[in-house]
Amino acid sequence: MGSATPVIETSGLVRRYGDLTAVDHLDLTVCQGEIFGLLGPNGAGKTTTILMLLGLTEPTEGRVRIAGLDPSRQPLEVKRITGYLPDNVGFYDEMTGRDNLRYTAALNGIPRPEAERRIAKALQRVGLPETADRKAGTYSHGMRQRLGLADVLVKEPRIIVLDEPTVGLDPEGARDFLELTRELAREGITVLLSSHLLHQVQEICDRVGIFVSGRMVACGRVHDLAEQILADEQFRLLIEIQAPLPGLATELGRLDGVASVEDADGEEGGGRRLRLACSRDVRAEVGLRVQELGGILLHLEQSGRSLDEIYARYFRGKEMDNVA
Amino acid sequence: MRKQTSPGGLAVITRKEFADHVSGWRMIILMGLVAVTGVASLYVAAQTIRSAVGEAGTIDFVFLRLFTASDGKLPPFISFVSFLGPLVGLALGFDAVSGEHARRTLSRVLAQPIHRDALVNGKFLGGLAAVAAMLSALWLAVGALGLVLIGVPPTADEFVRLAAFLAVTVIYISFWLALSILFSTVFRQAATSALAGIAAWLFFAIFADLLADLAAAALVPAAAGGNPEAIFAQEQIRLWLSRLSPVTLYSEAVSTLLTPSIRALGPVMVEQILGALQGVLPIGQSLLLVWPQVVGLITGTAACFAASYILFMRREIRA
Repeated sequence: MGSATPVIETSGLVRRYGDLTAVDHLDLTVCQGEIFGLLGPNGAGKTTTILMLLGLTEPTEGRVRIAGLDPSRQPLEVKRITGYLPDNVGFYDEMTGRDNLRYTAALNGIPRPEAERRIAKALQRVGLPETADRKAGTYSHGMRQRLGLADVLVKEPRIIVLDEPTVGLDPEGARDFLELTRELAREGITVLLSSHLLHQVQEICDRVGIFVSGRMVACGRVHDLAEQILADEQFRLLIEIQAPLPGLATELGRLDGVASVEDADGEEGGGRRLRLACSRDVRAEVGLRVQELGGILLHLEQSGRSLDEIYARYFRGKEMDNVA
Repeated sequence: MRKQTSPGGLAVITRKEFADHVSGWRMIILMGLVAVTGVASLYVAAQTIRSAVGEAGTIDFVFLRLFTASDGKLPPFISFVSFLGPLVGLALGFDAVSGEHARRTLSRVLAQPIHRDALVNGKFLGGLAAVAAMLSALWLAVGALGLVLIGVPPTADEFVRLAAFLAVTVIYISFWLALSILFSTVFRQAATSALAGIAAWLFFAIFADLLADLAAAALVPAAAGGNPEAIFAQEQIRLWLSRLSPVTLYSEAVSTLLTPSIRALGPVMVEQILGALQGVLPIGQSLLLVWPQVVGLITGTAACFAASYILFMRREIRA
């Protein structure tokens, strides 16, 4: 995270479509150089939020400031400093990749020589320099997505908004894309990333906001969210030892904070893999105890505090609300 | 909203649209169609003029007759333009907005620092420029060919009339362009929009006149050879109804411009002709005569464009 200058600020932001409230009283602050993840299922109001931030949709009520500017009143100034990569971005297929970028540069009023320089740099950066002179219609989905990022970089924005950027990319492509995003944030660009792919969000975002039916139900660092939401949730620990160790299960069960021990493969008395339910983090003690008993610990995995759990928790909670 | 200085987005979009049209297959195909039919009708007209000159000695406005004469089998040049012109306008605009949606380029383009209306304005202006360029080229080519075929250069009066013909034709085709942009804003599917455009074209080009006849006959029944006042009233109503069609407006305008002997549009009483001197109208009077038709066409164009402008400004951008 860079300095704590707020770049994106919303307060009491509401967008209604008839009876449907797509975004419900959103208060959000994103600081410079931060990667903020908007997380939520499809239809939770992420894209609507993004469109309001860019001034492409008018808020029903509430206030938005992008670097101190109001997108409804000063849309051009906001769009000049904000790069937007829409969900499943499209290009003019009959033009080359480079010509598509030239068009964007022209729309931004960038003078020709400067535009050529920026385009070459952006293409280099996203790894498309050789294919840039082929027609955009021949590009694969991954190449389009990279061209989309180049398209955003041409205007040298202060803020980048990425809407589901990694959907449909192969794992390697997605990783490269996220790595690039992280690099941009290190240079001081603020990144707002919307996604429903939890692992990626968890991996690169400094903070996340979880959206459920138009409301941001939680916001913060992934770790803090876990502490906050899953405080009463048990840790689950899975350990694997090299050979079955008689008495280990009983020994571990005596540790403070361990609620239960069972064999992961259902073997009586404990086999090679054990599953523990604990009320606190006992990884260190478990490791030590296995060693004391002369066993060799091969694998130790704690679950229960990942974004997946947090996410699942919210939706479980929501479904219960609906039932009630 | 506060007025801001435009950053040149409109010019950039107009230039791109113009370039797309001029280099695209659509334009080449339609140009070819109009050119082939135009040349055929021109050739027939030249033949007719030659035989007419052979019988009657000199005739006035020989050059203009190239555009209006026909041998009774192949329609004259202006009929072809009035029939095929709409197709050109429709072809250039039917996927203007829906195409951007379908290619998913709309939100990307609108996220650039341009006003939202620059897109739809640029589409219209780019199409208009392409139509004007294409028609001017065709106009010059046909003029040159006519010169070769009949060997009589146009007089200054004829030249002005032909220039007015070109201008009215550009307005006529821009009406169809504006209509097709409207359809492309209303319908998400390019095919639906194209179909709606073709339906409108066929309706106005073929059925509107027939329907005007029917409606007039139903509104003011008048037997042939019956009450003259009823016949006159029926004819008036038929004329006004048919003038709701841009095709009628255009046909009236260009035939008046290119046929200086037309002195009035609509029914003329015998008493009005009685004592009138034979002769042709000067260019100024011809222009005055077609002014309402031209204004009608411009109004239709403006109305279609305004409707698509408003629809587009209210449209949700999400893809």
